[in-house]
Amino acid sequence: MMAEAMGFYTDTTVCIGCKACEVACKEWNQLPAANGGVRELSGNSYDNTRRLDGIHWRHVTFVEQFSADRRDGRWLMMSDVCKHCVQAGCLEVCPTGAIIRTEFDTVVIQSNVCNGCRDCIAACPFGVIEINPASGTAQKCTLCYDRLQHGLEPACAKACPTDSIQFGPIRELRERAQARVQQLHERGEARAYLYGADPTFLGGLNAFYLLVDRPEVYGLPSNPKLPTRNLAFSALWSTLGAVALGLFGLFSLRTRRDAVAPDETSNGTSDEGAHHV
Amino acid sequence: MFQLLKRHFSRYTADMVAQVTGCPRETFLQVAETVLANSGRERTTAWAYAVGWTQHTYGPQMIGCCALLQLLLGNIGRPGGGIMALRGHASIQGSTDIPTLYHSIHGYMPAPSALKKHSTLADYLVAEAQPTSYWANMPAFLVSYLKSMYGAAATANNDFGYAWHPKVIGDHSHMPMFVAMAEGRVKGMMCIGQNPATSLNASVERQGLRRLEWLVVKDNFLTETAAFWYKAPEVERGEIHPADIQTEVFFFPSAQVAELEGSFTNTQRMLQWHFKAADPPGDCRSDPWFTYQLGKRLKERYASSTLPRDQGFNNLIWDYEPDQAPSIPGEPDVLKILKEINGYATATGRHLSGFSELKDDGSTTCASWIYAGVFPAPDKNLAARKEPDPPGVMGAHLNWGWAWPANRRVLYNRASADLQGQPWSERKKWVWWDGQRWVGYDVPDFALTKAPDAPGEPDGIGLAALSGRQPFIMKPDGVGWLFVPSGLQDGPLPTHYEPAETPVQNPLYRQQNSPVLKHWQRDDNRLVAVGDPRYPYVITTYRLTEHYLAGAMSRWNPWLTELMPELFIELSPELAQERGIANLDWVKISTPRGAIKAKALVTRRLRPFTIAGKRVHQVGMPWHWGWQGVVTGDVVNELTALVGDPNVSIHEGKAFVCNVERA
Repeated sequence: MMAEAMGFYTDTTVCIGCKACEVACKEWNQLPAANGGVRELSGNSYDNTRRLDGIHWRHVTFVEQFSADRRDGRWLMMSDVCKHCVQAGCLEVCPTGAIIRTEFDTVVIQSNVCNGCRDCIAACPFGVIEINPASGTAQKCTLCYDRLQHGLEPACAKACPTDSIQFGPIRELRERAQARVQQLHERGEARAYLYGADPTFLGGLNAFYLLVDRPEVYGLPSNPKLPTRNLAFSALWSTLGAVALGLFGLFSLRTRRDAVAPDETSNGTSDEGAHHV
Repeated sequence: MFQLLKRHFSRYTADMVAQVTGCPRETFLQVAETVLANSGRERTTAWAYAVGWTQHTYGPQMIGCCALLQLLLGNIGRPGGGIMALRGHASIQGSTDIPTLYHSIHGYMPAPSALKKHSTLADYLVAEAQPTSYWANMPAFLVSYLKSMYGAAATANNDFGYAWHPKVIGDHSHMPMFVAMAEGRVKGMMCIGQNPATSLNASVERQGLRRLEWLVVKDNFLTETAAFWYKAPEVERGEIHPADIQTEVFFFPSAQVAELEGSFTNTQRMLQWHFKAADPPGDCRSDPWFTYQLGKRLKERYASSTLPRDQGFNNLIWDYEPDQAPSIPGEPDVLKILKEINGYATATGRHLSGFSELKDDGSTTCASWIYAGVFPAPDKNLAARKEPDPPGVMGAHLNWGWAWPANRRVLYNRASADLQGQPWSERKKWVWWDGQRWVGYDVPDFALTKAPDAPGEPDGIGLAALSGRQPFIMKPDGVGWLFVPSGLQDGPLPTHYEPAETPVQNPLYRQQNSPVLKHWQRDDNRLVAVGDPRYPYVITTYRLTEHYLAGAMSRWNPWLTELMPELFIELSPELAQERGIANLDWVKISTPRGAIKAKALVTRRLRPFTIAGKRVHQVGMPWHWGWQGVVTGDVVNELTALVGDPNVSIHEGKAFVCNVERA
């Protein structure tokens, strides 16, 4: 039975970049640290996680912005995560059925069914999924499916000290987020808007964001598309190509048949065969 | 007094602020206007600061200045007001209440000192108690404290054992202790949850460790201090050979906080109880276990001594044995410790309900008078309460934990009402006079039935001397002090001094820096002269959320180390260009005390600023690294100096000078 759709609303304006979400996620899901925790400094602000992957299911992005004279500046921070798309590309392309939609309308990869084919990695428009080297399977945020089944909120939302990450029924979260955008507008932050909170793309995101700059600034695509949408387009080209090839074959055979007609008419099969090319 | 204050600060104009700090005049004025607009009957402003204000040779000057500002703006004793010290450690407030400090004993009474007229109990009380204010009760606090130390042996005839109590014989704060150590004047050290091998002017501190006969380190991991003798930079460089170090080092593995029961006291003075989640692994033991066992063994060793100096040990009450066998053998009963802190009737053991019950005749026993009331009955540990007020209901959450004194959440809260006892506004209502008594959302911090118009008694003792209009009941005159006539080493009105090291002359005074700052004169602790071109850059040090202090609790955790793996120095694009440094280049940072390497993190968050007409570059470094743990890096404290504030002996880690070049 389908319960109400659940998800995350991330208000980036109150994120303080503490990365408690990253650590809480790893602790609950027992994900390893990259290279045992010994890495090189990225040199990119305070972000040393760099991106979401098979062992980093939460990632805090840091963006330093300044005016030319640096009198004005801001340090944008955003905790990124799997978007649990209503139309999920990963789920559509998974050949083994390892990726499921749960009763909470979230998208979960079942590790024991995944064969590591990587199709979902290519299919995700957000670059969320990667192979976890420990399991050899594709992995990403499960929205703490195990916790949800026991009535607990996901570990990251629980750990977030400023409630930048909020968990709840999508319907409620959207209302709350709209009110927050309204409040920010009234206080003079006209740049505030919601990303993924309506079905404009991918049927809506069950992890949506309040942003104060273009999506690309945060590393998010402004118009994410399902791979199947591309597939439909490329399928059309494939069909047209096939038709073209068929016509080409037909004509070339016909030409050939015309050329060899005196010999082949005897077996009475060539015409049939040519039509089936 | 107010006129004196105005005259003193008349030179501290917005332009002067810009000159001294480099903060643009408009920005300063915007902050000032915001604070002003947010202070009054309807609104209050709170200030929260961390060690960015503290770690200077003039830290108390800044914090005192903030207190003064809050008094003038009416932001003291009211909800949403005050000054919050955001501590660098979970229970720093608790460790000054029940002090690990050398210069005070429980409940902010001065430590008995051989350097003051403290020879007898009466001498001490004459020197330290105040006839007016609540401190008039100090005899009851001190005698109850001595009873908690020496039990039945403490009687009126022997000054309640006052002579057995240790006395301080000088400045025993961190820096002079390590200087004394480096000079070979200290034999042994117990180092519990501290990492001095990476601390201030670290090479001096390690010299100190090398001169010890013995060193006990109790920590979660083999910290740099536990490993100073085989892996310190001077050992790696071949200057010191482990075979030449005579210090005997003992390591005791420590339990983590979730492996023991106890309380934290936060900056609001609120005690919150935490419960044990799991037994510690292997031989790891809690600090209460270690301290209790150490005390038992020391008492055994002194048992046969008849020397007067050892009678303190022999008479010390040290019974925290649990009534039921604990899961870890030898673990003391922390509730017995809490009972001693809370206080009880000496004869019957009945828990005290609060410090008003304390007596100076030995009939009450209480380790820390300010904590009296936290444990008023054997089944009532109020620190363990976790009951918030219902949402939307105005209140002080009085059933969440317990705050000293007397579960009061806002100190001096009589000031939340006007002189007639009425709230300054409906919005900021907190404690008020209802015609009969003081009532409100919080526990009133005032004599409950003293009317607002009650006069003070001219010859009254304690609170009797104060009128109904004097909320500051811990002050002898009952008012907030704009001028501080006593208690500070460096002057009655906050004043600007430059740091011990700075690139500029003090724009306000001929006196460059605090005339009473502490500086330990040693060849390896030299300071840079003003404007020395060899060390042109200002450096500040700080912490990252991903790491904790010197790293013992974070640099061993791969989940944290991958988030902040390497030591770095933050510098502006302008300075990077000037010094030919690219992002992620290795950089050498040096001071007269030492030199280290770190990776460059070039960021526009840092920028040159103009102070006293001079363009100055500032660099910043987090200081969590060392040579032990999952991730390692140079020790930033190789750069710092042993200089301190005259009042609290804190070092100057927030502003000094250095050189920066490509490594």
